[in-house]
Amino acid sequence: MKYAFFPGCVSRGGCPELYPAAKLICQRLDIELQEMPGASCTGAGVLQEKNEFLGDTLNARTFAMAEDLGLPIMTICSTCQGVMSQANHRMKSNPEYLAKVNVELAEEGLEYKGNAEPKHLLWILIEDYGLDKLESLITKPLAGIRLAPFYGCYILRPTDALDFQDNPDRQSSLERLIETLGATVVDFAGKTRCCGFPILTINEKNSMAMVGKHTAEAKDLGADAMVTPCPLCHLNLDAFQPKASAQAQRSIDLPIIHMPQAIGLAMGISPKDLGLQRHIVSTKALITKLGVAAG
Amino acid sequence: MDVTFKIKRYDPEVEAPESYWQDFSLTLDDSATVLDGLIKIREDMDGTLSLRCSCRSAICGSCAMRINGHAGLACKMQVRLALDDDNVIIIEPAGVMPVVKDLVVDFDMFWSKIMEVDPYLRPEGTEPDAEYIASNEAMLHLSGVTACIMCGACVSDCTVMEVDPTFLGPAALAKAYRFTADPRDGDAQGVSRDRLEALNEPTGMWDCTRCAECVEVCPKGVAPMDRIMALREQAINAGFDNTYGARHAEAFSNSLEHSGQLDELRLVPNTVGVFNLPVLLNMAPEALRALTHGKLPPIIHKKIENADRVRKLFRRVEDPDRS
Repeated sequence: MKYAFFPGCVSRGGCPELYPAAKLICQRLDIELQEMPGASCTGAGVLQEKNEFLGDTLNARTFAMAEDLGLPIMTICSTCQGVMSQANHRMKSNPEYLAKVNVELAEEGLEYKGNAEPKHLLWILIEDYGLDKLESLITKPLAGIRLAPFYGCYILRPTDALDFQDNPDRQSSLERLIETLGATVVDFAGKTRCCGFPILTINEKNSMAMVGKHTAEAKDLGADAMVTPCPLCHLNLDAFQPKASAQAQRSIDLPIIHMPQAIGLAMGISPKDLGLQRHIVSTKALITKLGVAAG
Repeated sequence: MDVTFKIKRYDPEVEAPESYWQDFSLTLDDSATVLDGLIKIREDMDGTLSLRCSCRSAICGSCAMRINGHAGLACKMQVRLALDDDNVIIIEPAGVMPVVKDLVVDFDMFWSKIMEVDPYLRPEGTEPDAEYIASNEAMLHLSGVTACIMCGACVSDCTVMEVDPTFLGPAALAKAYRFTADPRDGDAQGVSRDRLEALNEPTGMWDCTRCAECVEVCPKGVAPMDRIMALREQAINAGFDNTYGARHAEAFSNSLEHSGQLDELRLVPNTVGVFNLPVLLNMAPEALRALTHGKLPPIIHKKIENADRVRKLFRRVEDPDRS
């Protein structure tokens, strides 16, 4: 299996532990990754506030590069996934719009033919790779560990752009992955809600209220950690958890794990190689409970 | 089909009222809607069950409630499509708004926010001799927003209103867009400057997180979040570009234009202002923790390969002189 790899900005920026962890587990899974060094940021929905056409054209540019490579695109970020899927949906459902985008791409000799189907690693594991095959590679099941799923809005909504109609399993993909890793799913209402990251600089109080509400709810239901396929959610839920905890006037102390890190732990990769020591909320208690050496 | 309705109930008239769950087992036709089931329960099993309903045709907007955790119209959802493996369906009152009794919520907050955006045309300048002219295209575009039936589903599931009821919210902001996008509203060019200025304030358009819950639960395809994004674009284009939200979009865009990817380190200072010490100091503990954990984004921001091509694309698309 080979994919055009689109890691996104945050996996190499604010969450620098994610990019190597994802590459490490893909290597173990025998998933080959081809980098696209000329691909730009998706716009993250923020550029789209200012100019949606420009954002869509940037994504079409990335899709065209992957088409030229003859490879499907893999993302490791819910936000990248959602923004790409939304752009793709607009272009695929409107040939005139796609033609307008292609006029811009032609300036640098590119054309998006409309065949890209960007997929998050989470969906790839379930739909292309197979959870049975993943299970066969698990050497250190996360038995006894209680993990709360946290999806990130963009990988869940709007469902028409994300093809949920044709792929209904995407709705519960993270829970199914957690079960495959041998852990127990902590189901909670906040799992599909917003982490608050998009309004962090605009309305910090509301953003922190969201972090506090979701992490505290999972903690109170007995979660050992929260697992997310979105590095932006991770940034808010982990790096800003101390602030959210102060605002909520209660302790929370819930480690937030990137999805590839959880997979890596179940495959017996050391916590250090997966970058768990880089998290703001300490992962030490989790590592102790796992019964593995930290590094 | 034999089904169980698990309903969240609340009676304000008992001593120390508290919500509680009650199960009702009943037999329904395969084509029954959730509302059919609820009416059957009220008529045949428990006459005290309170709910609002009227048209049964997804037109009046009375019967919005949470079905299996998400807002929707009870009359539009078929029971057989909402059952779990044990043939159970979970029914709760709409969220965010206070519960009056059982599935009936108090809509005062919903209506006061709609009223806050002055939901009527406010043309400026001289009146035309005859009628105001609007193009078919503009009116067809607006028909997507005027499809709103004020059911409150979007407000029920809004992730911001859940933590901050002062937010104007998806219904009122979509309603505001219905007027800002109307060529008859505002100045001679159809720009509703006063409205955009007011909506640019805290609790307005920039407080939305873009979570898309409202898009997903709206039974009429109004897509409130998309209207809020369009409001932001209108506000920036009208020159209201000095909010954190607008500056965040600008700083983000500049970063992409310059290097093809996001410069996370400079995004916050460029948004709030490099000399805005109170806000920057407020973020200092997080920055320090990131630094000590090896998580601070790179000081020297890298460009993607052939970043100049992205820069040229930005310039072409954003060229104001372009027709």
